Amino acid sequence: MTTAAPAAVTAPVPRPDPPRRRRVSRDSLAAWGLLSPNLLVFGVFLFLPLLATVWLSFYSSSGFGPREFVGADNYTELFGDSTFWRATANTGLYALLTVPVSLVIGLGIALAMNKPLRGRGVLRAIYYVPYVISGVVIAVAGRWIFNENVGVINRLLRSAGLDGVPWQSDAVGAMGSLVLISIWTKIGFVMVVYLAGLQSIPKEYLEAAQTDGAGRWQRLRYVVVPLLKPTTIFLVVLGVIESFQVFDIVYVLTGGGPGNATEMLVTYAYAEGFDARRQGYAATIGVVTYLFIAVLTALWYRRQRAQEADL
Amino acid sequence: MTAAPRTGRAPRTGRSLQAGAGWASWRAVGLVAGALVMLFPLYWMVVTAFSDQGALTSGPLRFFPENPTLDGFRRAFTLLPFGQFFLNSAAIALVAMALSVTLNLLAGYVLAKYRFRGQQVVFIMIVSTLMIPVQVVMVPQFQLVAGLGWINSYWAVIIPRAAEAFGIFLCRQFMLGIPDEVLEAARLDGAGHLRIFWSVVLPMSKPLIAVLVILTFMYRWNEFAWPLIVLNDQQLFTVPIGLSFLQGEYGTDYPALMGMALLSTLPVLVVFALFQRQFVEGVARSGLR
Repeated sequence: MTTAAPAAVTAPVPRPDPPRRRRVSRDSLAAWGLLSPNLLVFGVFLFLPLLATVWLSFYSSSGFGPREFVGADNYTELFGDSTFWRATANTGLYALLTVPVSLVIGLGIALAMNKPLRGRGVLRAIYYVPYVISGVVIAVAGRWIFNENVGVINRLLRSAGLDGVPWQSDAVGAMGSLVLISIWTKIGFVMVVYLAGLQSIPKEYLEAAQTDGAGRWQRLRYVVVPLLKPTTIFLVVLGVIESFQVFDIVYVLTGGGPGNATEMLVTYAYAEGFDARRQGYAATIGVVTYLFIAVLTALWYRRQRAQEADL
Repeated sequence: MTAAPRTGRAPRTGRSLQAGAGWASWRAVGLVAGALVMLFPLYWMVVTAFSDQGALTSGPLRFFPENPTLDGFRRAFTLLPFGQFFLNSAAIALVAMALSVTLNLLAGYVLAKYRFRGQQVVFIMIVSTLMIPVQVVMVPQFQLVAGLGWINSYWAVIIPRAAEAFGIFLCRQFMLGIPDEVLEAARLDGAGHLRIFWSVVLPMSKPLIAVLVILTFMYRWNEFAWPLIVLNDQQLFTVPIGLSFLQGEYGTDYPALMGMALLSTLPVLVVFALFQRQFVEGVARSGLR
């Protein structure tokens, strides 16, 4: 340290190497120092529990008393557990329904909103508001609005001479209400991200396409959508990750019911860990859920990477 | 906009402008209709909150409360101690926000402006935490927090979520835009690492800080699953937990439920209304690049 000090002072532009290396080492010390509170919290409260989840998945534990090593029993049970497979299918279905629909609607609104329009700020705020409301509030309101007997939707349907939809007692109806509510909350976020993406498209591209005789739809199909691809990738990845984490709305809106028609992987893990107090089994569900998310994200990125390589 | 390269361009632009007028009005009609659909659930919550309980479920469907009343709000506060819940939520959200924003800024600064071995790995590890649902790690996390004796204390809610990947990512992206020359100049003036962070980086990051404050407040105010696990004492409940209990125990008192649901959303809505631009920009920024 001390021997390098004179070099740092005297070294002018032509010989940058030795002083830079010295500064890098001191800088990296400072970097780790400034990062340490974050690393401590992540390490202790996230990565340690993540490892412990894997470890716990090989045990049987109620949270009280001794835990017992059971080997791969939890995993064997899991693969034969119809509720687990139902939760997996529900989570996948939820992602397949909410992500594409909210992306298409959100893009449509963003396209319509991307030109000067009176009251655009107010409209944008209205579309965005559901995104800032808590999942619990949304679910509590959802239970009332989608109530089969006295909810406003079924009362409107009935006054129009139609049958009310069994939003609560029927499996399809319950999933339907969950999906509709989720789309309502997601649209604003998608719109805002797409709006930012649209504003980064150079106007010259669109003008050039128009000059070449491309109509509105062709410009959208061959210019706008391809240029928005990075935004779309981001939104799909985030949407799928969010779908695997949807808890608050499901827990309060349907509690996973009727039966296990809307049980999700994370609500099932919660129920096993804190209601049934089967902590080892809950950890097993957690490990598998995490693997699902990691594999899906990795696959998607690899596919995108491969497609980009093809171009 | 400048000199048109082709002569055929001018008439075509004119035609598309004409067609554009019809399109523009359809666009406006569509956007307004969509906005009404988006607003309807909120409107219905307001109608319900100010209605009389009996009138809601019997008689004809009314889209305006016949005799507006505050009884629903009053009942909510007597059924459960929501005043206390609001204080708890405010305390947790404000302290957690201050802590998270500080940590986010520090990490974002280091990841954007320092070069050190392992930097890439640290960044990827932090971003990868976005993939971990609370419920995946909650059992050991709960045991850990219980072992620390934090169950039924605010710290159990605040500390484990103090470091947060989304905010760090946002900070890094923003701070990549701060020119190195400015930091280098401060360094040559003899400023230390913290000094540079405090008197150079932070003043240049005001829009970022506004976004972080808003988003973090929203996340922490709305948080449900983890507080539900670590807070069992009713005196310590946050508003979302209280609301879910109100739903569980008085699930048919719709005016009380909707009144409290609206009140609990008010702080976030006010913050959102005041800082809408920054809010939207912050989210958009995180999606780009």
